[in-house]
Amino acid sequence: MYSEKVMDHFSNPRNMGEIEEASGVGTVGNAKCGDIMRMYLDIDENGVIQDCKFKTFGCGAAIATSSMATELVKGKTVEQALAVTNKAVMEALDGLPPVKVHCSLLAEEAIHAALWDYAQKNHIEIEGLQKPKSDIHEGEEEPEEEY
Amino acid sequence: MEKVIYLDNAATTKTAPEVVEAMTPYFTEYYGNASSIYSLGTQAKKAVSQARETIAESLRAEPNEIYFTAGGSEADNWAVKATAEAYASKGRHIITSAIEHHAVLHTCKYLEQKGFEVTYIGVDENGILKIEELKAAVRPDTILITVMFANNEIGTIQPVKEIGEIAKEKGILFHTDAVQAYGQIPIDVDEYHIDMLSASGHKLNGPKGTGFLYIRKGIKTRSFIHGGQQERGRRAGTENVPGIVGLAAAVKRAFAIMEEKTKKEIALRDRLIERIKKEIPYCRLNGDEKKRLPNNVNFSFQFIEGESLLIMLDMKGICASSGSACTSGSLDPSHVLLAIGLAHETAHGSLRLTVSEENTMEEMDRTVDCIKEIIERLRAMSPLYEDFCKKKEGLL
Repeated sequence: MYSEKVMDHFSNPRNMGEIEEASGVGTVGNAKCGDIMRMYLDIDENGVIQDCKFKTFGCGAAIATSSMATELVKGKTVEQALAVTNKAVMEALDGLPPVKVHCSLLAEEAIHAALWDYAQKNHIEIEGLQKPKSDIHEGEEEPEEEY
Repeated sequence: MEKVIYLDNAATTKTAPEVVEAMTPYFTEYYGNASSIYSLGTQAKKAVSQARETIAESLRAEPNEIYFTAGGSEADNWAVKATAEAYASKGRHIITSAIEHHAVLHTCKYLEQKGFEVTYIGVDENGILKIEELKAAVRPDTILITVMFANNEIGTIQPVKEIGEIAKEKGILFHTDAVQAYGQIPIDVDEYHIDMLSASGHKLNGPKGTGFLYIRKGIKTRSFIHGGQQERGRRAGTENVPGIVGLAAAVKRAFAIMEEKTKKEIALRDRLIERIKKEIPYCRLNGDEKKRLPNNVNFSFQFIEGESLLIMLDMKGICASSGSACTSGSLDPSHVLLAIGLAHETAHGSLRLTVSEENTMEEMDRTVDCIKEIIERLRAMSPLYEDFCKKKEGLL
């Protein structure tokens, strides 16, 4: 069902983890639908993404797209990172099954959310960047259960 | 590659060698049409009647109460649709449960579009039907109660006898989808007051594409497939003779080994349950601990998603299934897990393991070891787990 590239990024995810005191953190998705992605960006004073890490709750495609997205934005400028689309993530993974396309959208959204957080923290405006649409707290009414 | 550990026997089972052996001559030698007059045909016909007797005996029913179908879904469709049609003049109300298989649920939805009313009875947190709710739902125009014998996802065995008694007392027909239970636990249609029962061949080491519907004598029902006189004119079409022979061979085998098989499966099942409960934090056993099929294990693991877990298990040669949305092709996780009250995110992190008597304790131990390792790995990747840990440490 998945391409070899997807399986590779799923089994050996690149850049998985957290960045302490990150320049920007963005979390998108919703546990109700079964996917949550969190992106951490470390951006230097020249606006270049020095490091990018992710954490994801989700299916194989969600983990693989997160991993690929981090690869695609690392070393890029903020503007270049903003131009990384879900299509680019999908192409880099040699495609996704139709039902999993939303995972790639989530990856694009997660990068945007992290960039938005960076812009907010630094009181700057990134041209073309809009406030992220989906948020982890959206539609989350009941508290998590515990056993 | 290492040997596969097959733990998805509720999805399907391996066809038993004796089943294949019983079937083969009906492909190669006795290939005649059971409706033909010459001896090649009568041999086939004889095999079909013998199979019918074997199956009737297993339920303490009569041979002419057994109708062969192409599987469990067909039997469910037949039972529900034909009853609705045949009894529509008496009433248009049907009672079922919220945790039925889609073969029943979607048939009920279809009937709702045709002007029938359906009441979906809820279940408790262990997946047991709320009997009081069922009693209260009965109306003068109720024509059918259809409740599964045992659930396919969480393995819960329903209070079938009580349901049958209510149905009998109120003069309502009672159908049970016994696809997961038949051949696993003894069923007596008279004792449980069952009027119709669906079963499938491939769930009990028989061939795929085989099954039957038991219909109690005297029940008005409609033909499901119109055509020839096969199955007393109610289900036309040339009999799948090798399939029917295979089904009967599987039934014979299942009932002969039931006691021993159950004992073995319970030991394997309980090893999985005990070790997972003890060794993996933040998990929940879904389904009733006692009223449970001997082969079913179903857990929810917090902070992880089921499909990822399944792919990683597959990489280690372990076949299992999940109620996560990603495995169902929709955005919603399993309706059964939601019906027992799980939050969406917990339902997404579910895992079903269904053992067979051919599994070993070593396989159970290896499976738990693998699950443990994978859950740790997936939790390390999970932002939900990160938040949970930070909250616990008071950092969030």
